[in-house]
Order: sequence, then structure tokens, then C-alpha cells
Amino acid sequence: MNKRVEKLREQSISAKAAISRERAVLLTEFYKTGQAAQVSVPVARALAFKYILEHKTICINEGELIVGERGEQPKATPTYPEICTHSLDDLDILNNREKVSYTVDKTTRESQDREIIPFWFGMSIRERIFREVDKNWKSAYDAGVFTEFMEQRAPGHSVLGNKIYRKGFLDFQQEIKNSISKLDFFNDPEAFQKREQLTAMFITTEALIIFANRHAEKVRELIADETDANRKKELGKIAEVCERVPANAPTNFWEALQYYWFVHLGVITELNTWDSFNPGRLDQHLLPFYRQGIKDGSLTKEDAKELLQTFWVKFNNQPAPPKVGVTAQESNTYTDFCLINVGGVKENGEDGTNELTYLILDVIEEMRLLQPSSMVQVSKKNPDRLLKRALKIIRTGFGQPSVFNTDAIIQELIRQGKSLQDARNGGSSGCVETGAFGKESYILTGYFNLVKVLEITLNNGVDPVTGKEVGIKSGDANKFTSFDDLMNAFKNQLQYFINVKIKGNIIIERLYAQYMPAPFMSVLIDDCIQNGKDYNAGGAKYNTSYIQGVGMGSITDSLSAIKYHVFDQEKVSIAALLTLLKNDFNGEENFRQQLLNETPKYGNDDNYADDILREVFEMFFQMVDGRPNTKGGTYRINLLPTTVHVYFGSVIGAMPDGRKALTPLSEGISPVQGADRNGPTAVIKSAAKIDHLRTGGTLLNQKFTPQFLEDDEGIQKIVHLIRSYFKMDGHLFHKSWCYNFNINSF
Amino acid sequence: MNPIGIIYDIKKFAVHDGPGIRTTVFLKGCPLSCWWCHNPESQSRFPESKTELLTKNNLKLFRGNETIGVEVSVEEVMREVEKDIVFFDESDGGVTFSGGEPLMQDEFLLSLLKQCRLKDIHTVVDTSGYADYSVFEKINDYVNIYLYDLKIYDNQKHLKYTGVSNQLIHQNLKQLLKAGKNVKIRLALIPGIVDSLENLAQIISFIKTLDDELTVDILPYNKIGENKYNRMNLVHQLSGLEQQTEAEINRVKLQFETAGLKAS
Repeated sequence: MNKRVEKLREQSISAKAAISRERAVLLTEFYKTGQAAQVSVPVARALAFKYILEHKTICINEGELIVGERGEQPKATPTYPEICTHSLDDLDILNNREKVSYTVDKTTRESQDREIIPFWFGMSIRERIFREVDKNWKSAYDAGVFTEFMEQRAPGHSVLGNKIYRKGFLDFQQEIKNSISKLDFFNDPEAFQKREQLTAMFITTEALIIFANRHAEKVRELIADETDANRKKELGKIAEVCERVPANAPTNFWEALQYYWFVHLGVITELNTWDSFNPGRLDQHLLPFYRQGIKDGSLTKEDAKELLQTFWVKFNNQPAPPKVGVTAQESNTYTDFCLINVGGVKENGEDGTNELTYLILDVIEEMRLLQPSSMVQVSKKNPDRLLKRALKIIRTGFGQPSVFNTDAIIQELIRQGKSLQDARNGGSSGCVETGAFGKESYILTGYFNLVKVLEITLNNGVDPVTGKEVGIKSGDANKFTSFDDLMNAFKNQLQYFINVKIKGNIIIERLYAQYMPAPFMSVLIDDCIQNGKDYNAGGAKYNTSYIQGVGMGSITDSLSAIKYHVFDQEKVSIAALLTLLKNDFNGEENFRQQLLNETPKYGNDDNYADDILREVFEMFFQMVDGRPNTKGGTYRINLLPTTVHVYFGSVIGAMPDGRKALTPLSEGISPVQGADRNGPTAVIKSAAKIDHLRTGGTLLNQKFTPQFLEDDEGIQKIVHLIRSYFKMDGHLFHKSWCYNFNINSF
Repeated sequence: MNPIGIIYDIKKFAVHDGPGIRTTVFLKGCPLSCWWCHNPESQSRFPESKTELLTKNNLKLFRGNETIGVEVSVEEVMREVEKDIVFFDESDGGVTFSGGEPLMQDEFLLSLLKQCRLKDIHTVVDTSGYADYSVFEKINDYVNIYLYDLKIYDNQKHLKYTGVSNQLIHQNLKQLLKAGKNVKIRLALIPGIVDSLENLAQIISFIKTLDDELTVDILPYNKIGENKYNRMNLVHQLSGLEQQTEAEINRVKLQFETAGLKAS
């Protein structure tokens, strides 16, 4: 990388994350003007958005080419009091916590105390949620049966499609006007609501153009003071770019990147959407601009690389909005999960790799930044070269890029009812989640602790960790005479908790639809403009809600241990086993070792265990998949943990697989650590017994020793391994950035 | 007629025992008793009980006694092997029969090889070459590749370090090549014994009398075997040998290449 990029990268890495009060103060100021009370909720939200973008500090960092920050400077991170209002304790935790901390200065703390907290008291979504959900939901939530994504962050699992590369915001304004003019007040009972929603969308488009123009103005001011002739020229170019986009469609590579960046800032300023907004298929979107620039001589490969690298830095400058409460203390979640996709197939189904794919991979390898994260989509149509290039980056040891199966993603999307074209234009985002980019709102609603449900089943509805009754009376385990008895009880208990979770979700979805529309996001995601509906109210072309199952390995091994040792081998009675679990195997290490070593376990291509896995998957799938959400869409499952397998383990006592109390569960669909003893092919075979195509993503984490990837022969073998897994419809092969990340390691 | 065999391990994702991704089946029993043997548990033809030295943090902590080797049917072995067919197909891999000396259980091996042929699974046999040639003749049609170990050219030394003469081994190799079989030579570089300039020169000229096109796999010495001896309470007659450096290995390869042979 050149000197400029090196400097910007260094600044980004060394910048200290801090809480910025600016957004919360401006938002509160706006609501205090009384304007909000006079208009509909969506229009009020749009005006607030506009107010923030009209008044927030404009930040132009020295030497940068792509401009714009969410805060006053890199890593200044706003709060979203309308979603969850940080208490003073929360701020102190964030300031002092050992893991990644956010600096909170005195003025920020004071303003939170005097203005923000008093104004938003009782009104935040978080407070509304906890007021509206019932006591069954709360006790399950407290027991750690599931988590709830939306209590601290807005729904927003979406990735941008390609429309901003063809249209400017002035074009979107025209589309919104058209949509308003088509409203039929005589026959459409929702016409008024739609008008308000569309008006709100229009206001947000104005807001972003204003925001861009403010950057142009600021840059022109800087030109006057700039002494370096080259930088002067560069600043002139930046000002031109900001004057052109996002109002108009981009005409070159630089404008395309800057346009996206303004849009990105708009999304993450409007709400603290959950985690994943990103440009998606970057090597497809930018290719026309790249080729045109190379052809007419206005762009060199080096220019493009430099622009991409400065673009990369911008992502790394935006830490995740900090959490509140216990999550703030325990979680070291720090980055968002922008997952840029390269490779895969084109809309017409052809191999999508191109010269830009490899240029972007070069950028990923050189930048080694936490954000944005990256992945390669690997289709059977892509050449091995793509996979080999990715593996050569992976072996450098910083975890990127992940390796996804395009052909599985497409089939998953098509099974869910997406068109073939939309499926081919889609990909994976966040951690592993499949989506139709630019056209889908696919909301992760919470992790679901399958292992906890088994523990509660074994205790007839009681959580043995707290002694509280949290589930239903599914039967006294001591009286089970067969493995089927246990599975039936588990099934009833699971059904109960899934229902509790979905009931809560339905309430929460409506709270967002009613109180927290996202008009700016609605401009970006099809078909919100055409439908005159908000992104949070079912405006998108596709609306999916996910529940993410956690602990597949742990639950399979626990059930397998009961089946094998209690019912098949009759080595131990269920009563004796439950006592052992209650005592955390105290004094029974020998027996614990038997459970660990002499039980058929998931991850060994052994159908004894893997059939149980299939049964659990099938139950979970049948109970969730296809149920309606409130947005005209459906519930789906996926299987991924991020870091939650640690939290979920911390609320569960000892389990029959030999796991000690309060220790982490297995992650994703990976086997329990150490349970797989027959090498990677057996793990892959076991994992492939899950029907990946009926999920919206699974996470199998295969780790390689870097030595194995040292030579071409080793890489070739891994290529074969991945291709085999993908042939069996595996969703994702390698992933490591979701957890274990440590900002100091880069 | 269903022969029963004795194996002591099946290793999946074996990546050094032939082309592609392979499953290696280790047959028990070996007529040689090499001082440096990496798999001392493989030498006896029959299952045997070994006391493992117990160390902390070892998952076998509570096992103590372990029987090495198990009687299996052809079907049982094939069931394990067939699990990885998808990987074999993708990588042009297959199954490798190793040992011990797989040719010692000739009927069992033949049945396995025939089953593999029936299922279209590529086969490799990793052999010391120490068997009656009639055994090779019996299985030749079902073996895609032989991995053929050469060790020491000097017969007296060969006898000393391996317990057997190398005459039969050399003769069988000649016959296999004459029969047009695909053979790859493997040379494990035992420090001071195999990797001496003199021995290598003799091996090279021997190979050149056979076939200039033969490729030779150079296998650097690996100390892992020593630990196994400790664990199993066996005395390793060659303890304290050091693994070769990369430069030393490259020197050996160069020696082969200078002579016009392909070494990898």
C-alpha cells in the first residue's frame, strides 16, 4: 500500500473508540422543537434524520479520498436513545470495561444525565418492549432460553443491491413522487399511511443530498487553506464528487464508492440497525466503472486500488453502537459485521469472477482490517483460482475471507420463494445469513438456546440453575422408559418456548412498525417506494424473520449420551445421571471421561449421533419455518452463534455429553470441541447431514493449521475438501472473524 | 468365503499416502523389524494389549490398557472407506492399504482390493516389497499404484537394521516394473543410515538400472515415532536422532535430480 493508505490505515487502527453525544443531542433538540408532535411518526422520524444531517459536524480527514464520518471523528460512536437509552451506569461500564472500551467524556455524561435520559424516559423501544411482552417471555429470556436482538438495536439485516449505481437520489425522488401520485384515496384504505410514509422517504432523500453538499462546501473551505498543490487538486476533485453524488447516478469509480459511502452513513445514522448493512457484491457493482475508467484512461489499476483501500478504512472507522446493561459488560462486540461479497455468479448464472474480484482480494490481503469483513462466494462455476487465492489470504492468519457456497445460497433463497435472478444477485451477510440483496429485509430476531431447552426438559420445566419454573411440565424424566419418551417431552418443551419467542417477536415487530419506521432505509430497499410501505412494516419485496438455533453439537452429543448410556447400554439410570449433572460430576471424573470418550458423538460421520442431530434439526425447522410474521413474510431458521455460545453455556449446568456446568456450548454447526476424532472429512460428512438448503445459513468453522496451507499441495487438498462439502450443499466452510477477534492482533 | 483381517487403524483425510484425499487402512503384521519403525504396534500379526504410559492432559488418561488391533470383516472396512467416496471423487483420491506390511494378509487384502474395484475406488498399496512375488501377482490387477519402500542398498546393513535381506525386495521391484505396474519409490531418510551419501548413491544407481522414469518420494525423518516407543514402554534403538533440515533434504533431492531421477 502507498504512504497515504498506510497513514489512513494507521490512524484508523490507533483511533480510540469514544461515545459521541452529537446524534443524541441533535435528535433530542429536534423532538423538543415540537415539530414532531404535529406530524405523523414516519415524517417526524424523517425530519429528525434531516435535522441531524443538517447540523452534525462534517469531518474531512487529512489525506483521504472518500469522505464522511458518522461521528465528529473516526470511531466517535453515537448512541440511539430512541432505541435504548444508555444509563449513567452503562456509560461508566463502557468507559471502564476491560475489553474494548469506549471513552465517555464528562460533557457527554452530563448531557446524558440532564437532557437525554429525562427526555427519552419510558419512550425508548427497549422500554416499550419490556412493557409489552408477557411474563412467560421474560422468564424464558432471563433463563437464557433465547436472546432478543431488537431490544437494543433496530431491525436492519439488509444489504444494498445495485440500484444506486444506476440511479441518483433525484431519480428516487421522482419515483417517490410517482408513487404518491398513484395513491388511490377512493379505494385504498391505507392511502394516507402510504402518503405519510412516502413523504417521509422523500424528506430523507433531501437530507442525504444536503449532507453531501455540506461535505462539498467544507472541502472547498479546505482548498482555500491548502498549500500543497497536489492535495488542492485532489480536494477539488472530492468537492466535485460530493456535488454530483448521491443526487445523480455515479459516472465513475470514485463517485460510485463515495455515493455508497454517503448511503452507508445515512443508514447507520438513521438507526442502529442490526449489524450488517454493506455494499454486497462489490466486484459486480463496480465492474462497469472500473472497465470504463481503464478503457478511457481516466483510471489506472493503482488508482482503483487506492480508492478501494481508502474506502476500506472508512468502514473500520465505525465501531458498533455500544450496548447497554449486562450485554455492555459482558460483550466485547465492537465491530459491526459488514461482509463484502466477491465472486459467485452473475444475474444470468455465469461465472461472476472478474479482474476486480482479484483486485479486491488484493485489497483485503493488504488492509488486514477488522471491518469491512469479506467473503468469497464459490460456485461450481467459479474457477479454482478464486478458491486458491482466498486460501492464500486465509493462511496469513487474520481470518478473512470466509468461504461460502454460492450454489447453496441460491437454492436456499429459491426455496424461500425468491426469483432465480434475485437469488443469483444475493449472497450472505452479517455472519452467514442468506439474503436477496437490495430486496429483502431479513431480520435476525434472536438466538435460541436448544441445549437449555433440553436441560429444562430433563428437569420437568424447572431451570435447575435458578430453581425457577420457566417451562411447561413436560414429564418427570425419572419416569422415562425409552429414548422416545425423552424426545417427546423435549419436543413439547421446545414447542412451548418457540411459541413464547414468536409471540414476543410479533409484538416487537409491530412496535417497530408503529414507532420506529426507517424511511431512509426504505428508499434503498425495493419495493418500499412502490409499495408505499416502510422497511420495518413489510415494504420490502421479501420479508423474512429468523430464529437462530445454537448448540447443535452440544445437544446432539447430550441426547446421544442419554440414548447410549441410559437406554441402550443401561450403564446408568436416568436418575443417577441427573444427580451427577446436578453435582457437576463432582467426584465422578471417571464417569465423565466415559461420557466424553465412549459416547457416539456428532462430527465423526457416525449415524448413531448424526441421526439425533437430524431429528433435532427437523423439530426445530418444523416448528419455525413457514410461520407468518407481521410483515407479509415468514419465519425461517438458521444455525449460527457469533459469540453467544459462550453466554448460552454460562446459563446451563452440567450436561450428559460430559460438559461441565457453565462452560461454552459448541458453536454453529461445528462439533463440540474435541468430540470430532476422525479428521475433517468426517466432520464435513456429519455437518452435511443437516439439510442446509432449508436454512438461511449455517456456520461450520473448519480451522486449518497454517502449516497445512503452506504449500500448493496443501492448498489443493483444501480446495478438494471445500468443493466436496459444497457438493453436499454445505453453506459455509470457513469463518473465524465472528468470534475470537481481538483488535490488538492486527 | 469372507476373510477376516486384522487392522490397527483407519485414517481419513490421509494426504501423504498417494494422490488426492485418501483413507488409509493400516493392516497389522510386518515381516520386517526396522529399528526406526514408526508403527511398532503394527509389527505383530495379532491384536495385542499395550500399557500406555499415562500422561496428564491426554484423553487416554483413564484407559490405561489398550488393545491394539482389531479383527474386522471386509464389509466393515469397506463401510468406513465408502463414507469418503465424495472426497475421493472430487480429489482423484481413494484408499491406501498400508501397514505393517499389507501383503502379509494377502487374502484379506485381495478381497478389499476387489471390493474397491467393484465400487470404482482408486487403490494404493504401500509395501516394503518383502513378500513372495506370487502375492503381487495375485493382487496386481486390482492395484492402481504401489508405494514401494527402499531403504538400504547394502544387504548386510539392510539385514542388520530391518531384520531381512533386501534381495527379495529388489527382485520383486524389478518384476513389478516388468509387469508394467505403476510404482513410486519411497525413501524414508533415516539419519546416518539411509541418508548417507554412499547409500543414496547406491540406491540411485540401482534405480537407474531399473527405470529412469521412476519418481522417488523423499520422506524426511520424523521423531514422532520415538514418543510412541516411550508411551508403549518399548526401547527405541535409534533414540536421539535429529530431523533433517530443509537444506539437507534439498541436498538429497538434488543428488537424485543430478542423477536424472525425479525426486519429490
